[in-house]
Amino acid sequence: MAPSANEAGEHISRQFSQELEQVRTRMLRMGGQVEKHLADALRSVAEHDSQLAQRVIEQDSEINRLEREIDTECSLIIARRQPAAGDLRLVLAIIKAVRDLERIGDEAARIARSAMRLAEEGEDPVDLGEFHQMGDRMLAMLKQALDAFARMDAEAAALIVSEDLEADTEYHGAIRSVIAHMMQNPENVSVALIVLWAFRSLERIGDHAENISEHVAYMVIGVNVDRGDFLSRKRPGKGSGKRSGKQPGK
Amino acid sequence: MNRASDELFASPSAAVPEPCLDVRRLNLRYANNKRVLKNIRLTIPQQRVTALIGPSGCGKTSLLRCFNRLNDLIEGCVIKGRIELDGRNIYSPKIDVTELRRRVGMVFQKPNPFPMSVYENVAFGLRIRGVNSRRRLDETVQESLQAAALWDEVKDRLHRSALELSGGQQQRLVIARTLAVEPEVLLLDESASALDPISTLKIEELISELKKSYTIVIVTHNLQQAARVSDYTAFLYMGNMIEFDSTARIFTNPLKRQTEDYITGRYG
Repeated sequence: MAPSANEAGEHISRQFSQELEQVRTRMLRMGGQVEKHLADALRSVAEHDSQLAQRVIEQDSEINRLEREIDTECSLIIARRQPAAGDLRLVLAIIKAVRDLERIGDEAARIARSAMRLAEEGEDPVDLGEFHQMGDRMLAMLKQALDAFARMDAEAAALIVSEDLEADTEYHGAIRSVIAHMMQNPENVSVALIVLWAFRSLERIGDHAENISEHVAYMVIGVNVDRGDFLSRKRPGKGSGKRSGKQPGK
Repeated sequence: MNRASDELFASPSAAVPEPCLDVRRLNLRYANNKRVLKNIRLTIPQQRVTALIGPSGCGKTSLLRCFNRLNDLIEGCVIKGRIELDGRNIYSPKIDVTELRRRVGMVFQKPNPFPMSVYENVAFGLRIRGVNSRRRLDETVQESLQAAALWDEVKDRLHRSALELSGGQQQRLVIARTLAVEPEVLLLDESASALDPISTLKIEELISELKKSYTIVIVTHNLQQAARVSDYTAFLYMGNMIEFDSTARIFTNPLKRQTEDYITGRYG
């Protein structure tokens, strides 16, 4: 496995080590905030809580601000330090991950908007059991992706991809049942559409969590991977996915 | 794994470029018995820029000086092993060292123009080889200065002293002087280190231009410079060749921990 930034020793410039550690910590803290944001959005749907939904919508701008700040910090590190190898991959992974986190925040705000509309309706127009199940799964995936980032664990990241594959299947099943419901209850179509959009948001959140896990893999093993690469590895073993054919000292 | 990145990071083992210099089991020690190079194995590809990097004392300059046998001038220096240039061992007794040094030219850190005119500096190598034809000298001087990206700046002052030129111009003049004798390989020992940023970039630009016709080996302490100008990078540490790979790989994802520590500025 390629040496990664956190397992390597201190930089000769301690300031540089601190800058990297600081931006990494901020990104993970932003991740924690997005996680809470999503959990609140899901709870606002479950509990028909418009006030909570409103707070989620308002907090979205805070998440957007964090994304811009972390992005700026990363640009400064690149401009000032010209990071290489593991350091470079860490900075790039952070830049990409905060973008995905920001998008997850946007989707959570969309779910919160759906929650407000649904709360106005009073009773749930359709059975939201599948929605909550999928919501919990997405929350867990996001948490796993962030944990994998914090621990620089490419193997854990690979597992998230197969998780998202299952979530996709679940999503298509759920969409089919909402559509069936719409056909049987045409008077409910407008409300059922709200649920449909909320499902769509969950599905996108899964994709962003998967992206984050790909950034983790890039950061750790130094190779850009996508879903196909992850899935083509039967059971990821230690150091697998590392490039081959290298002949040092040749 | 990813096709696009594999192509981008094409490993030297993919052997696209032809080998130019082939170093085999090269060992070097100086009179104080200190082993400076230990069993070096390295293939320098033709018409590419290869950077030798590593901390002070790692042996990179000693290795560079092996390529045109400059170390022969150091008393008590013992070299074992082979370096093949186009398949012939340059340490064979049959080799004409003067001819070798024509084929493998070297430019040092500090510009060292001779105290004579710009023109005579460039013509010097030809003159000592007995070329006196005015036309041939004029042509070579112009071509060499053009190749060194200096012609436009000096064409109106060819017969004035080279010492009047700026540091960056002097360094390009030295490169022109080296090119005039039609070498195959250019060795640059920190050649763009003592210059201001603009002159440095001009030399770097020149290196990219020159690699179309020459094989270039550079020694540099400036890692960003190695990353900018070289196609391949060799990392040496305490006389050992630690890692050799495409520069793209060395600077984004080196295999060895020691390489990573060095290029990211960590304690080894």
